[in-house]
Amino acid sequence: MSSLVEQTAAELLRRLQASEVSATEVASAFLDRIASHDEKIGAFLSVWREQALERAADVDRRRAAGKPVGLLAGLPVAVKDVFCTRGELTTCASKMLEHFRPPYDATVVEKIEAADGIILGKTNMDEFAMGGSTENSAYRPTHNPWDNERVPGGSSGGAAAAVAAQMAPLSVGTDTGGSIRQPAAFCGTVGLKPTYGRVSRRGLVAFASSLDQAGPLARTAEDAALLLEVIAGHDPLDSTSANAPAARYSQTVSQPLEKLRIGIVREHLGAGLDAEIAAAVEEAIRVWKDLGAEIQEISLPHNEYAIATYYIIAPCEASSNLARYDGVHYGYRTDETKMLAQLAAERKAAEVNPARLEEIDTPLVRMYRQSRSEGFGAEVKRRVMLGAYALSAGYYDAYYLKALKVRRLIRQDFDQAFAKVDVIMGPTTPTPAYRLGEKVADPLASYLGDTYTVSANLAGICSLSTPCGFTQSGLPIGLQLQAPALEEDRLLRAAHMYQTATDWHLRRI
Amino acid sequence: MALTPEKVKQVSLLARLQLSDAELELMTRQLGRVLEYIDKLAEVDTENVAPLAHAMELSNVFADDQVAASLPREEVLANAPKRDDACYRVPAVLGD
Repeated sequence: MSSLVEQTAAELLRRLQASEVSATEVASAFLDRIASHDEKIGAFLSVWREQALERAADVDRRRAAGKPVGLLAGLPVAVKDVFCTRGELTTCASKMLEHFRPPYDATVVEKIEAADGIILGKTNMDEFAMGGSTENSAYRPTHNPWDNERVPGGSSGGAAAAVAAQMAPLSVGTDTGGSIRQPAAFCGTVGLKPTYGRVSRRGLVAFASSLDQAGPLARTAEDAALLLEVIAGHDPLDSTSANAPAARYSQTVSQPLEKLRIGIVREHLGAGLDAEIAAAVEEAIRVWKDLGAEIQEISLPHNEYAIATYYIIAPCEASSNLARYDGVHYGYRTDETKMLAQLAAERKAAEVNPARLEEIDTPLVRMYRQSRSEGFGAEVKRRVMLGAYALSAGYYDAYYLKALKVRRLIRQDFDQAFAKVDVIMGPTTPTPAYRLGEKVADPLASYLGDTYTVSANLAGICSLSTPCGFTQSGLPIGLQLQAPALEEDRLLRAAHMYQTATDWHLRRI
Repeated sequence: MALTPEKVKQVSLLARLQLSDAELELMTRQLGRVLEYIDKLAEVDTENVAPLAHAMELSNVFADDQVAASLPREEVLANAPKRDDACYRVPAVLGD
C-alpha cells in the first residue's frame, strides 16, 4: 500500500469511509509532509495544524458514532490565501494585508467546512492574484516541485505546488486569466476554471470582478469533480453567481462521452509553441482518436487579440477594486508622523514659489498615496496604473470600450465553434515552467504566457488543464480542454476519459 | 499615443500612488511597451459591435428587502490601522 500522501482524494475517501484509516491519521500525514517538504517548496503562507487536527478528530468522532458526515469527510484541502477565512490571516500574499483577519468566511470556505473538508492552511500566490509565477508574492516565491529552480506558475502557484508535492490531495485556487490552469500545467496536476458564476465569489478578495472564478486543483478529474461538487452552486450573497443547478459531478465523472466532437485550433499548434508541448498535444489527439472522438479543425479568429483585450479589462477592473486599500479601513498604513514631517518639509521648500505649493498633496491624499505605494508590490502597482490610465479622461473609448467590443467578438467565436464541437482542445501554456527570475524584468513577456488561457475568462466559459506528458528534462505539460458555459460535467467526464487511457496524471515527484 | 513620464505622474495621482523618480522612469518604459502591444486592438473592426462588460449578461438581480444583522462594529473596526471607539481615524481633511 502506498503512503497516504501519495493517494488520490477518491482513494483516501474510500479508505476513510471503510474505517481503514482515520481522518486524524490522514491530516497528520499531510501536515507532516508539509513540515518536512514545504521549507523547500514554499507552497503555504500559513499552516493550520491545530485546527486541522481538531476538525479531523471531530469527523472521526462523528463517523464512529454513526452520525452524518459531509461529502469531503476527513479529506484535507489547501486554500489559496485570497479566500477570506474568519479570524485567520488572509494576506493575498501582499504586505498590504499582512495582518488582515477577515470578520467572515468566504462562501467557498464555508462550503468546504460544511462538507467536513479539513483545511490545512493557506497557500502562496502572486500578490492579489496578479502574475503567472508566484514570484510576485510579497513573502517568498514558491518553487516548482518537479524542478526547484523553476516557477510553479501562478497566480495559484502554491495551490498547484501543494498538490504536486503531495502536501494536500485537494486545493482550491482562483483563475482570472489562467491562474488555476497554468500552474496546474506547470506542476502536473488537474486544474479546473469553472464557468464564470458557477462558484460564489463572496469572500474572494477581488482582482477583476467580471473574470475572477474559483475552482479546484487535484491529481485526477475524479478528485476535481468531488471538490467542484462541494463548492459550486448559486449564492444569493453573490448576485453574479449563476442561478443554475450544479450537477453531482462526482457521480457522473466516470461516465464516458460517446461520439465526442473535439475542436482543434490549428493556429494554436504553430508558431510560438514549444516543440515538445506541440508533440505532446499531437499525441493527445491520437489518444482521443483511439477513444473514438471525432477531431475537427476549428477557428477562433479573434483569439490573437485576447491578451491585449485582457490586459485592458483586467487592470481596469483591478484599479477600481484595489481602490479599497486606502490605509483607513483595514490593511497597511504609512507612518503618519514621518509622512506629515515630509509634507511640512515640501511645503517649506515650495514657499518661494506659491504655484508649486498648489501641487503638494493634502495630508489625506498623501496618506493614501504613501500607504498604497509602500503596501503594494511592483506588479500590482503596474496593473493599477495601467487600469487608471486606460480609464482616464480621453482614453476610455480607445482602450476600455474597444476592449469590451473585442471581448464580444471573442465570445462569439466560441459560440460559433461550440455549434460544431463539444469541447475545444489544445495546449494550456506555450512553454513549460521557466526559471525563477527569468521573466521578472519583462512584464509583457510574462503576459504573453497567458495566450491560450485568457479567452475562457473573457468569454465566461469553463476550461480545464490535465497532464498530457513531460519534457525531456522532466517538466510537466498540460492539455487544455474548454467547454461551453455551465458544461463542467462534460469537461470533467472528458478529462476522466483521457485519464483512463493515459497515466501522466499518476506520475509523482 | 506615446506614454510620457509627465502622463505617468499625472495617472499616479489618479491611482493614489506615490512613485519615486526611478519607479516613474521604469513604469513609463514598461507600461509603454504594454500599451504598444495593446494598440493591436485597433486592427479589429468593431463597428456595430456592442460592448460586452460581463460574460453573463444579467441585469437587475434583486434581493428581498429584508432586515438582517450587519457585521458587529467591533469586529469590523478590529482591522483598522488607526481608530477610536467607534470610528476610523484619518489625517485632518480641512486646513489646520
